Amino acid sequence: MSVHPNDIARRSRVAKAGLAVVILSLMGAFFNAQVLQHDRYKLQSQENRLRALPLAAPRGIIYDRFGNIIAENLPGYAVSIAPVNSDSLKSSLEHLSSVISLSPDQIDAALRRYRRDPNRPTLIMSDASMSVVSVLEEHRINFPRLIIQSVPKRFYPDGPAVASFVGYTGEVTDADLNSPAYEGYKPGQLVGKGGIEKEYEKVLRGREGVRYDEVDARGRQVRQATPRLDLNPEPGPALHTNIDLDLQRYVAGVFGDSLVGGAIALDPRDGGVLALYSAPSYDVNKFTGGIPADYWKGLLADDRRPLVNKVTQGRYPPGSTFKLATAVTGLEDGLVTLDEHMPVPCTGGFQYGNRYFKCWDKKGHGSISLARAIEVSCDVYFYQLGLKIGLSRMIAGGISLGLRDKSGIDLPDEKRALWPYAVDYYNKTYGARGWSNAVTLNLSIGQGENSQTVVNMAKFYAALATDGKAPTPEIVKRAPVRTQIFKLDQQQMDGLRTALAGVIGQGTAQSARIQGIMLAGKTGTAQTGKRVNGVELNHAWFVGFAPADKPTIVVAVMLEYGGHGGRAAHVASSIIAHYLKVAPVTAVQSEG
Amino acid sequence: MFRNTLTDYPLAATAIALSLFGVAIVYSAGQTDIPTYVAPLWKSQLMWLCLGVLCAWGIGNSSVRLIEWVTWPAYLLTLLTLASLLVLGTGTGANGHMRSWLAIGGHRLGQPAELAKIIVVLMLAKVLAERREAPKSLLELWKPGLVVGVPFAMIMLQPDLGSAIVFVGIFFGMLFWSGVPWPLLVLLASPVVSLVLSFSTGLWGAWFLVLIALVLWYKPYLLEGIVLVVANVVTGVIAPILWEKLAPYQQNRLKVFLDPSADPRASGYHVLQSKIAIGSGGLLGNGFTLGTQKRSGFLPEQHTDFIFAVVGEELGFIGVALALALFLALLLRATRIASRANDSFGSLAAFGLMSCWLVHVVVNIGMTLNLMPITGIPLPFFSYGGSFMLASWLGVGVLLRISGEGRGHAGALLS
Repeated sequence: MSVHPNDIARRSRVAKAGLAVVILSLMGAFFNAQVLQHDRYKLQSQENRLRALPLAAPRGIIYDRFGNIIAENLPGYAVSIAPVNSDSLKSSLEHLSSVISLSPDQIDAALRRYRRDPNRPTLIMSDASMSVVSVLEEHRINFPRLIIQSVPKRFYPDGPAVASFVGYTGEVTDADLNSPAYEGYKPGQLVGKGGIEKEYEKVLRGREGVRYDEVDARGRQVRQATPRLDLNPEPGPALHTNIDLDLQRYVAGVFGDSLVGGAIALDPRDGGVLALYSAPSYDVNKFTGGIPADYWKGLLADDRRPLVNKVTQGRYPPGSTFKLATAVTGLEDGLVTLDEHMPVPCTGGFQYGNRYFKCWDKKGHGSISLARAIEVSCDVYFYQLGLKIGLSRMIAGGISLGLRDKSGIDLPDEKRALWPYAVDYYNKTYGARGWSNAVTLNLSIGQGENSQTVVNMAKFYAALATDGKAPTPEIVKRAPVRTQIFKLDQQQMDGLRTALAGVIGQGTAQSARIQGIMLAGKTGTAQTGKRVNGVELNHAWFVGFAPADKPTIVVAVMLEYGGHGGRAAHVASSIIAHYLKVAPVTAVQSEG
Repeated sequence: MFRNTLTDYPLAATAIALSLFGVAIVYSAGQTDIPTYVAPLWKSQLMWLCLGVLCAWGIGNSSVRLIEWVTWPAYLLTLLTLASLLVLGTGTGANGHMRSWLAIGGHRLGQPAELAKIIVVLMLAKVLAERREAPKSLLELWKPGLVVGVPFAMIMLQPDLGSAIVFVGIFFGMLFWSGVPWPLLVLLASPVVSLVLSFSTGLWGAWFLVLIALVLWYKPYLLEGIVLVVANVVTGVIAPILWEKLAPYQQNRLKVFLDPSADPRASGYHVLQSKIAIGSGGLLGNGFTLGTQKRSGFLPEQHTDFIFAVVGEELGFIGVALALALFLALLLRATRIASRANDSFGSLAAFGLMSCWLVHVVVNIGMTLNLMPITGIPLPFFSYGGSFMLASWLGVGVLLRISGEGRGHAGALLS
């Protein structure tokens, strides 16, 4: 090699300068990262170590009107995992399956939740039993990223008795998460799935909190982070309902296991729902933490359709209970008075054109007044009243009485009552020549193109019980809304109520009499066309109120294929008697 | 001749300071929230340091001639060891696929590549020193090329890309020191540059023009010129094919070097966490042993490859600057020893050792900030590892000896 001193000295200078440049550049790079960009990395290092653990907010407690608990929260356990990626989640779930039993559905659900929000600990079991939790705690060391959390769990002390209106909670579904209505919801969160749990979801849910745990790189919790970062969950505010839990239980008891149908009790003065029951019911507590598959299948397979709310979703021809709508329309138009007789007396039937329309009572009622016709539910009288009013006005009257509407009760998925929108309906449906004016006769007695919900009939009778103002039924106490649906003078109102009281006193529902209370109401026996062994199965209706002179409760009862309206009247009267704390009279006679 | 033996106190002091700094950081690396096997390693690191210092003292009291005389047999032994590794070697830990560990009866003795670097430096010094003139053409480089090329190839086969890169650094550093003209060095490196640039046609085209201009200006032998141009074309073309041949983990490491956030949970994880650790250290750091990234195990290989991130996180920029200053002092001292050596062998050996450390320092420290790809090169005096600590101190010993013999002649050389 060349050892010329000058060469060595020159190369030495180059090398030293090069070294200095390289090392100083490195120093500069570190200065940039550590001093200039310090804040950014500091933040990242904190985020790195802190695992946000969502803390579920307890849902608002639901009370009845006297402060009794309808829905509350009990401590439960949720199992989730904070996976590194989907592969590690899969293998963790596999390992977990060997320790506790996880169904393929649970595994799929967990993977779906992870895909939706990989940054959130993935929920595996929303309501783990004590035994599962203790097994998991034993194997804790094998699952460093497993999180077992105490979470509030919904509990309904009265279970099946309140299912019809309270609903239940369940995990928010994928479809929900895709819809704008559920913006801000996270996979694994619980939402109201029916009843007021759903209707008041946004109120009841409260606000989820978050706890920051300091974890190591393997996800093992090291210690809880400084508390100031944490955000406590905000419990949902309590919900005060108009429900009278004692009455609600009583209604559930009256229906028992044998009756199928629905009942609602309203305070006619403000629309407060005192009780609402659809039979058969189901145990909402079984729905908490995921519905057991066989239980759910059983409910779906039951031909009594327990999942359909008979009060708000079932639509039934209202039968004779509807005659009051015909009467109110006639009275409002001044076409009839309560004392007026119709031209043709009832002889057990009425000839109209080439058809003979029967009265329910073959013996006939003779020539009677409107008041008496209501008491005995004379069909012939109402055929003629309907003809007098005319089809067009009949339909318009029904519409203005709200009998083509939803009641507006604060429950989700209420069905609208079915009623023609105008005469044109018949032209559209059957063609201009496909129908005759005979439909008027059917409509006037509550048959024909007419299907009402139990709640909507109760709302109409609440207007009859008061001053023609129909209150919007309210389960949760809000500002009562009462809408004038018809206007009659005081004498007419009193007359109608007296006639309705007569139904129980000396009419079709004498079996429903209550000692010391004047009960008013109307039975209905709606033809369904369904026959078993040659006997037609009818829906039994009763809608009424008490006390007749100053009503404080309206009750509508509908028994699906329940036979005679008298049976429904019997159920309704016992509900009213229980509410008014008096004993019903045990009576024998029943017809209507 | 021996009157100045072991009097290069600045070198010894710098090396001791770096080593104690290093052992302290290895100790800190073991201080995690959930204790791991790393916790007690600082003790054995301290033991290896003592052993290394003893060896350095021994070498420092020998003579450069003795070192030169031992070089040939040591080189042959090294080649034999490396060859046997390819058959017998075992991997370890994260690098389980590499056959870089020498194990006998299942007991791992060390990583021969670390010692091989020192031996290759000495061998290359010996070969280059035999020449009266610096090589002026590529053909004249066949012998030094072979000296480095054979162990280089064997280490590449392990495969240990990191150590192989160090050999390249040593080779070019020592050629530079021996007086090889810089255009020749560029021409020598050109196929590798082509390989790297071949991923961008535009860049590679530009480089090719530069290469042609350089060939025309430097005027190597015609054959050499043609071979060079052809080599560049070939590497430029086969690079993509070569890329396919790389193991997926190697591809990933290179990809992650380009964009660490591309795969934050897997390959990019190491770099990202290292950067976060360093950046979060700030000016003064979190305090010795108190680095949270390290404590909670986010830092990978915190006692070996990424040990410098612990320095950054816990001692902040102040600690980093101190460490870098110490390294700079060591490298400058080694360069000074190289320039003052009283013979070519000593001078070249000193500069070779300096080059070796430089590559280690730049690649390892650069890697912690993602300035360099992850190649698994340890940091001298810091990274935990017995054979590496020993090898570093053997280097110090050789430098001490060269310094001791050269100091008296420095004036004469430079006058």
